[in-house]
Amino acid sequence: MVVKLYGQVTAACPQRVLLCLLEKKIEFEIVHIDLDTLEQKRPEHLLRQPFGQVPAIEDGDFKLFESRAIARYYATKYSDQGTNLLGKSLEHRAIVDQWADVEVGYFNVLVHPLVMNLVIKPRLGEECDAALVEELKVKLGVVLDIYDNQLASNRFLAGDEFTMADLTHMPAMGYLMRTDINRIVKDRANMNRWWEEVTARPAWKKLMKMAGF
Amino acid sequence: MYNQNMVVKLFGQIRAGNPQRVLLCFLEKGIEFEVIHVDLNTFEQKKPEYLLRQPFGQVPAIEDGDLKLFESRAISRYYATKYADQGTDLLGKTLEQRAIVEQWMEVEANYFNVVVLPLVINIVFTPKFDIALVEELKVKLDKVLDVYENQLATNRYLAGAEFSLADLTHMPGMRYIMNEAGLGSMVTSRENVNRWWNEISARPAWKQLMEMAAY
Repeated sequence: MVVKLYGQVTAACPQRVLLCLLEKKIEFEIVHIDLDTLEQKRPEHLLRQPFGQVPAIEDGDFKLFESRAIARYYATKYSDQGTNLLGKSLEHRAIVDQWADVEVGYFNVLVHPLVMNLVIKPRLGEECDAALVEELKVKLGVVLDIYDNQLASNRFLAGDEFTMADLTHMPAMGYLMRTDINRIVKDRANMNRWWEEVTARPAWKKLMKMAGF
Repeated sequence: MYNQNMVVKLFGQIRAGNPQRVLLCFLEKGIEFEVIHVDLNTFEQKKPEYLLRQPFGQVPAIEDGDLKLFESRAISRYYATKYADQGTDLLGKTLEQRAIVEQWMEVEANYFNVVVLPLVINIVFTPKFDIALVEELKVKLDKVLDVYENQLATNRYLAGAEFSLADLTHMPGMRYIMNEAGLGSMVTSRENVNRWWNEISARPAWKQLMEMAAY
């Protein structure tokens, strides 16, 4: 009864779930959904994920989509196994949640279109919106200043320990760091320190190997 | 008499979407609170004093004794969990049911809000807004609402048979759609979404919030 993850191992949102499963030492099976041939938009996958995105999971009778909801579920269900990703108290969990939500509203909202333009569009032979990229870079710089400030007095985003707040950022950060605008992170001392530390984790290294990066 | 210091303080504006998410959660759970007005019209949320509470210069933030928190969805989750046995059950009775609630909460953040927020900013708050962008966003919102229409055809509420945080989290944005943004027809033209909106906006907590907001 191994959880099935429908998605592509190189895609950011499936990676969020995979990283969680790896940190928690939960067994899984990847059922490849080929994004290059738009398999995620076909009727069969739409039954799993009505918006035509990856990932979705199937765990016995239980079906779920939205990588952040899936990650929260497994981190809670297996709280006593592997890395503790949700803090030791309700209050600490709320701080973890706070920074995890920051990832959605402030970070991903900029990094997603950046990665689309710098990585995905070229791959698909489409033109990159250079003006948009410049605009997004400026906005991301402002956001990363706040992260850098937080990480000046906190080892990880939500405090002393690695948590879901850090994990949830890693897939998109991984993509960002592989572009030629990675200086936006490298030039910020605390962000750089944090990134080097979180990417040294065994679970991340395993994921990167799985993804062939 | 309760100790005033023990009442959670919400920093924000009652007529703002994200603070409303938290206020609605408090009202559904019967949690006492105090609103400390942060005046968005004079950009009080961007001033140094407020930035100490919320470094991105947005509302809301809360202060509950020693606990300081921002991000309305994180705040709502915290109180819904902490006061699980009080007021409306917003998170479901099992881990799996909670996960379904979380799934539709994520849908609100990643599919709904991501189009509704720029729609509202343009239509409601930008004098000469980008017409082409608004049309593009409306097409996207149509597609999102089609999925909701389908979900609500076989589910009374987004996450199943009961009202949950999944429904609640949509309500401030839905209010803009139905009112200032003038997009109500996108809801009324969809039988199940319309039925859902009519039902959840008839809830006493929502009516209480609307009274507080005095539109």
